[in-house]
Amino acid sequence: MIEIINLSKTFNSHQVLDGANLDIRDGETMVIIGRSGGGKTVLLKHIIGLMQPDAGQVIVEGEEIFRLTPEELGRLRLKFGMLFQGAALFDSLTVGENVAFALREHTPMGEEEIQERVRECLELVGLKGVERQKPAELSGGMRKRVGLARALAMRPRVILYDEPTTGVDPMMADVINRLIKQLHDRLKVTGVVVTHDMVSAYKVGDRIAMLHEGKIIQVGTPEEIRGTSNPVVRRFILGISDNGEAKVS
Amino acid sequence: MKPAAAESVTRRLIAPLGESSLAFFSYLGGSSLLLWQILIGFGALPWGRWVVNLALPWRWKVLRNDRKWQLVLDQMEKVGVASFPLVFLTSLFTGMVLALQTAYQLQKISAQLYIGALVALSMTRELGPVLTALVIAGRVGAAITAELGTMRVTEQIDALHTLSTDPLRYLAVPRIVALGVMLPMLTFYADLIGILGGYLVGVYKLGIGSSLYMNMTWNSLRFKDFFTGLFKAVVFAAIISTIACYEGFETEGGAEGVGRSTTLSVVISFILIIAADCFFTALFYFVFP
Repeated sequence: MIEIINLSKTFNSHQVLDGANLDIRDGETMVIIGRSGGGKTVLLKHIIGLMQPDAGQVIVEGEEIFRLTPEELGRLRLKFGMLFQGAALFDSLTVGENVAFALREHTPMGEEEIQERVRECLELVGLKGVERQKPAELSGGMRKRVGLARALAMRPRVILYDEPTTGVDPMMADVINRLIKQLHDRLKVTGVVVTHDMVSAYKVGDRIAMLHEGKIIQVGTPEEIRGTSNPVVRRFILGISDNGEAKVS
Repeated sequence: MKPAAAESVTRRLIAPLGESSLAFFSYLGGSSLLLWQILIGFGALPWGRWVVNLALPWRWKVLRNDRKWQLVLDQMEKVGVASFPLVFLTSLFTGMVLALQTAYQLQKISAQLYIGALVALSMTRELGPVLTALVIAGRVGAAITAELGTMRVTEQIDALHTLSTDPLRYLAVPRIVALGVMLPMLTFYADLIGILGGYLVGVYKLGIGSSLYMNMTWNSLRFKDFFTGLFKAVVFAAIISTIACYEGFETEGGAEGVGRSTTLSVVISFILIIAADCFFTALFYFVFP
């Protein structure tokens, strides 16, 4: 479904991705773990073509996305939904208009049909009657769920989640984890989750990949990762810092 | 001086020059590219249909439901209608001050009669377009940059991309169209209001006869005075909206970054407006004397 091949990216002489390779299968939920600032979000943004790599490629259903024209890329992106870390809702629009955004832009659907779909998507993420509110009136957890509803509106085949549980309380994190699991089980969407929350990683992941110093150093099922012998991965999942000292980067 | 020291001095002097000229040209290139892309997006809008719909009143309902038209209308309201009070005050007072200041000078040679002509010509040819553009750059240009910059740093621009929507078409084109239409309109009003300000001072304070003042005003004005002013306004609108959108889209670095690009947007717009004004005034002076 999605192949990431030798992806490299440098920001101001800081090598963020250094030949990352990863193969994401159709219908699975792939969790990418790694340290904050370690390039997980950058990797995710390359998958949907929000960033251009210095080298390497991403192939989605046989199409090399960095070679596509803007129109072709736009068409391809309709198959994707993305949940941003801060939800990235359009704050000039209401919740309903946010969720309906892609429907109004890209489908010939009538107003009633759109409202129906909006209600359905909001219900799927456990929200009701918030269509007329502005994003600023919502709590962080609600905003994330609206962001997810917006990502779901076009019935995408792939959903990219950027730190879905960061910045929400543990119970809301559990609600979001369950949602991701549900989408995977019921709608059979492919998921790519970027997180450093190991509770979430074990709960939602079919497979987990560890990104370290710009490379994917291990890929495996949650059980395999739990029982890994790789010292870097072990230290990360158990939450032990290098040499027991706080390393500031 | 040793060669090594000389080299290091040269390097210290020349390198920043190279860097800043590089930065200058990349800015010029980047913003011109943006304007070019906007113009392409502009061409891609269903203009023909709009014109037809605008001309036929019973088709206005269709326009009201057209999303792109709606975006432009929203911006026109924000940019133009909401700016009117500020433009009104600025140009009214400018017209009044202009009349008073010229009276101060013209009284010495007993030529107060010419105040009307002076106010009318300075407003339409120069002060109307320039003052309005500066006010709008401060009020609207800054707001555009701050809004787009915030959207950039909160990933809303990225979100637009993921929803297969081109931010240039969705955000920049409506703003440049709205400014392109509204700034000349505001300028036209500013001209008239400035003349009104001059009239108030001239007639009620300096005691020039009302009809005499109006005659002096209208007889001195030519169509080309209005036209060159409005032409400048169109150019200023392109400057303000291009710089504002460019600075907004290029914002990085959180709240501080938004503040920085907003300041830059206003400063660069001001400088370019003044420079463009000088250029076009000279051009019109020599081409249409």
